[in-house]
Amino acid sequence: MSFSVDEILETKRMIEEQGLDVRTITLGINLLDCIDKSVEKLCENIETKIMSLAENLSNVASSIEEDYGIPIINRRITVTPISLLLGGLDNVKKISLDEINGFNDPLNRRSEDNSIEIKKEFSEDLLAIAKSLDFAAKEVNVDFIGGFSALVHKGFTRADYYLIQGLPKVLSSTERVCSSINVASTLSGMNMNAIKMMGNIIHDIALNTAERNSIGCAKLVVFSNAVEDNPFMAGGFHGIGEPECCINVGVSGPGVVRNVVQHLIDADFEILAENIKKTAFKITRMGQLVAQQAARRLNIPFGIVDLSLAPTNRPYDSVAGILEDMGLETVGGPGTTAALALLTDAVKKGGLMASSYVGGLSGAFIPVSEDSVMTNAAKKKILSIEKLEAMTSVCSVGLDMICIPGSTTPALIAGILADEAAIGMTNNKTTGIRLIPVIGKDIGDEVEFGGLLGKSVVIPVKKVSCENFINRQGRIPAPVHSRRN
Amino acid sequence: MKAVVTVIGMDKPGIVAGVSTVLSNNKVNITDISQSYAGEFFTMIMVVDFEQSKATLKEVTDQLKKAGEKIGIFVSVQHEDIFKAMHRI
Repeated sequence: MSFSVDEILETKRMIEEQGLDVRTITLGINLLDCIDKSVEKLCENIETKIMSLAENLSNVASSIEEDYGIPIINRRITVTPISLLLGGLDNVKKISLDEINGFNDPLNRRSEDNSIEIKKEFSEDLLAIAKSLDFAAKEVNVDFIGGFSALVHKGFTRADYYLIQGLPKVLSSTERVCSSINVASTLSGMNMNAIKMMGNIIHDIALNTAERNSIGCAKLVVFSNAVEDNPFMAGGFHGIGEPECCINVGVSGPGVVRNVVQHLIDADFEILAENIKKTAFKITRMGQLVAQQAARRLNIPFGIVDLSLAPTNRPYDSVAGILEDMGLETVGGPGTTAALALLTDAVKKGGLMASSYVGGLSGAFIPVSEDSVMTNAAKKKILSIEKLEAMTSVCSVGLDMICIPGSTTPALIAGILADEAAIGMTNNKTTGIRLIPVIGKDIGDEVEFGGLLGKSVVIPVKKVSCENFINRQGRIPAPVHSRRN
Repeated sequence: MKAVVTVIGMDKPGIVAGVSTVLSNNKVNITDISQSYAGEFFTMIMVVDFEQSKATLKEVTDQLKKAGEKIGIFVSVQHEDIFKAMHRI
């Protein structure tokens, strides 16, 4: 037989018992050709383009599921960062160049008050665009559309400022629209004006969605070194170096890796790493096959495979569970960072052998609310925000889906964002932050989000002020090793 | 195009006949077959070729699943490329 019985049954067990799946097929779409100075026309162009290109996305994903017997959990869309489409709108041009220059450069600042007024009626344009994206996503049956984004690591355009100021309204008035803001990069340093602003914005989104456990914050990621081809939400967008459109696929399979680790109780680190590598190879090859098939069937170019391990709340499908199975009593204790480093590296090595076009974030996700083992460790007060921060220096993302007390001040939120962005900037890697200050909840309270977002517990933030630090103006300079030319 | 048919269930008469009837009705050729037992559990794996068949993989899968339900066994069909991708370099 061309395959052994063991090989066939191994694949079947991975799918049926260990939850192997394709986490997302994501269609990236360039929207730059939708630009118009009339907001009505811009919205119409966006809807038309998305709905024509993504019309068959869902059906094609289902046909691949049927042919290969592999579940495809999500179908998603990423678009060009929306701030790039806004420059021509009259309401954006109402922000004067003096105002935005003053905001970007403290030396030019003319008054102590650092805010630029955007009248409510002006921001209606932004909401109309967000509603168009929401509508188009719903029409083509995708659950999230990412790219309501701005890249401000070095400074704000008028459109960037306009977009970010509207986020509390947008994320509380739409269902499927996801946003990401890049505030730092290794090459350009950290935009502390942006980080301070995002502290306030996250706080406002939390307030605007207070009646639903501040869930609006789950649709916003603040990045350092954001990548242009991330297929995962909420941080995905279709970057400016990307083609007209492309298919990016996120594979997963913590359950499969966990099963391997569970069978290697006495193995040394070499054998542990070797077996995780082999498994990651198989998972990624499956993802690559699905990506190529999706690309062929949609007649859209294949972009990348993102080989991140992404947990779900199914008990076996946990990244934290893998770490505990390696020999930790509870994730978050001593040894956690080393175990995660081993895991992330082995997954990458196996994945890189399997696909020449590995991209996106590619590593291990540690979203606290979406991983039941991690949530339990937080409940036991073993997993702290400081340990999570340490873990992000060796894995793919950052502080993800972490519930903090609703009373956390905007300045403290900005302080957490700054610390995490600094890890990304200095280590030449992506870090993302999805913090949820849950209004009305305090340390130890449980928070239920429902669905994929799961449930979690509010963990403490040290309440010592960083206000004087955050209130300084300007940018933190890029690190010395950014100068590689 | 080749696919892998997996049959799992309690052993009883008529399993091979039930499955192969559907395949032959659709002109799907069996190129390889392997059976194993674990106690009363029966596992059969077939590699099948659709070259002469006019039916799609989904049509044959649906018919096989229906036949499987009647006999009381679990049948699944997967394009062989998933096994090639995962188990061959």
